[in-house]
Amino acid sequence: MSQLNNFTKGFIRENPVFVLLLGMCPTLGVTTSAVNGLGMGLATTFVLVLSNLVISLVANLIPDKVRIPGFIVIIASFVTMVDMSMAAYLPSLHESLGLFIPLIVVNCIVLGRAESFASKNKAISSIIDGLGMGLGFAFALTLLGGTRELLGSGKLFNMEIFNEGYGMLIFVLAPGAFLVLGYLIAIINKLRKA
Amino acid sequence: MEYIIIIISAIFVNNIVLSQFLGICPFLGVSKKVSTAVGMTGAVTFVMVLATIVTYLIQKFVLDPAGIGFMQTITFILIIAALVQMVEIILKKVSPSLYQALGVFLPLITTNCAVLGVAIMVIQKNYNLMESVVFSGATALGFGLALIIFAGLREHLDLVKIPKGMQGTPIALITAGLLAMAFMGFAGIV
Amino acid sequence: MAKKLESTFKNMVLVLFTVTLIASSAVGVVYELTKTPIEQAKQNKKLKAIKDVVPAFDNNPDADKYTVDLNGETLELYPAKQNGQLVGTAIKTFTTKGFSGKFWIMVGIKPDGTINNYSVLEHKETPGLGSKMGEWFKGKGKQSIINKNPLNTKFIVSKDGGDIDAITAATISSRAFLDAIQKASNAYNKDLK
Repeated sequence: MSQLNNFTKGFIRENPVFVLLLGMCPTLGVTTSAVNGLGMGLATTFVLVLSNLVISLVANLIPDKVRIPGFIVIIASFVTMVDMSMAAYLPSLHESLGLFIPLIVVNCIVLGRAESFASKNKAISSIIDGLGMGLGFAFALTLLGGTRELLGSGKLFNMEIFNEGYGMLIFVLAPGAFLVLGYLIAIINKLRKA
Repeated sequence: MEYIIIIISAIFVNNIVLSQFLGICPFLGVSKKVSTAVGMTGAVTFVMVLATIVTYLIQKFVLDPAGIGFMQTITFILIIAALVQMVEIILKKVSPSLYQALGVFLPLITTNCAVLGVAIMVIQKNYNLMESVVFSGATALGFGLALIIFAGLREHLDLVKIPKGMQGTPIALITAGLLAMAFMGFAGIV
Repeated sequence: MAKKLESTFKNMVLVLFTVTLIASSAVGVVYELTKTPIEQAKQNKKLKAIKDVVPAFDNNPDADKYTVDLNGETLELYPAKQNGQLVGTAIKTFTTKGFSGKFWIMVGIKPDGTINNYSVLEHKETPGLGSKMGEWFKGKGKQSIINKNPLNTKFIVSKDGGDIDAITAATISSRAFLDAIQKASNAYNKDLK
């Protein structure tokens, strides 16, 4: 598969959230605003690219029976590094994302890509796969976050689009996450069939 | 009675799936039949409570005293992975039919954000060991409650005509949203 | 593709051990690098919360902080001084009577006991209702607590016979909010006596 194809598949054709239905927990949990969605998406991309790279390089040195624990340790270390860096340099985003940052380690996307792609491909392809999937994830989260933020509070990226009084609060609360994602997937399913 | 508050809050008010968004993957994946949902709940409860106890002890007796709190993510997830392996082996021997029914979802308990999430939460909330056990047990029950109710709803959905674009995941998510809305009614009990 | 390493017991243990060792060391390095900035970020957050509620100061209120014990509950007070003179005290207070449990407020009290300003810290009150307390009590007239003194004004909701108007449809959050402010005032004045 050409590298361009490799990169773009993460956005629509094999979008981890809308098509593969992976990484649901952070998708629903942090998308109360566009900024949170984007921040989480980028943090996950960072971990995804680094772990894909390392795993593609060392996959042959890890015996098959212990590959899952081995991959998990590698992923967990990158997650911890991202967690600490964000606490140091992006404290308010770190606070908004909270528990979901360490939970990147159990994001099925990261382990999934490591297992199904990175362990079987070369470094460059793995990096690009990680980048494409990660940014596709970030795209989905920003879209979801932005929709919820706009419908719920009239703002987008913290800028007021219309008066907060017209917003429907339910969208920034738990049920709203399920509802918006459900409708987004339905719409995207329709578009894909067209 | 602090424990009653912890229990009611964990099961209803701050339900792990419907308001904290942890454990969504199994929630959407294993909830097609009530019987599998019940089996999954049992497995998750066992792993969640055991994992919470072990990670709690490791945190208090190894990580904190040695000042290596930053190793939390790595150690916790390794402990959970090991426990799930153990459960798999035990289940295979004790109840092969349940083992078959759960299929690929059993190893997936490792990546169940709810298990790791709860382990981290009890440290953040500064619970003592007893409170942590109660919290993790109640959370697992809340997970089970949401899962079983949802499975029941989906069994009914299977019997109804649904527009093509909405079939499968979209209608499941919207149903989950309505269920989440219903659970919002519990806010303010504690 | 090169051959995979065999899954012998020795290999498995060795590889897992090495991977964990390298991973832990890498994480340890990043930990050392980020330790100071993280502390700094926490300090800045605290200082900003204090700065938001008291008049301008030139000391380090966190360094001069003291605690007051009220019926088993301990509050932290941060005195803000300009040229050695006390211009206000920031108090980190809390209430357990919130609609959704405990929440924290940083309130700034002037030397004479009147409320200078406040800032709601962590809370889980209902968005759109109780969460309005972030701005409500800085409003106009009877709903405001700014420049009022709990020593001569009743910091209780009007519904209960007090002098402060509660947030519409969020009485419980309002009661809890005032409870926290009253607690702060009690702590401040207890120390003065």
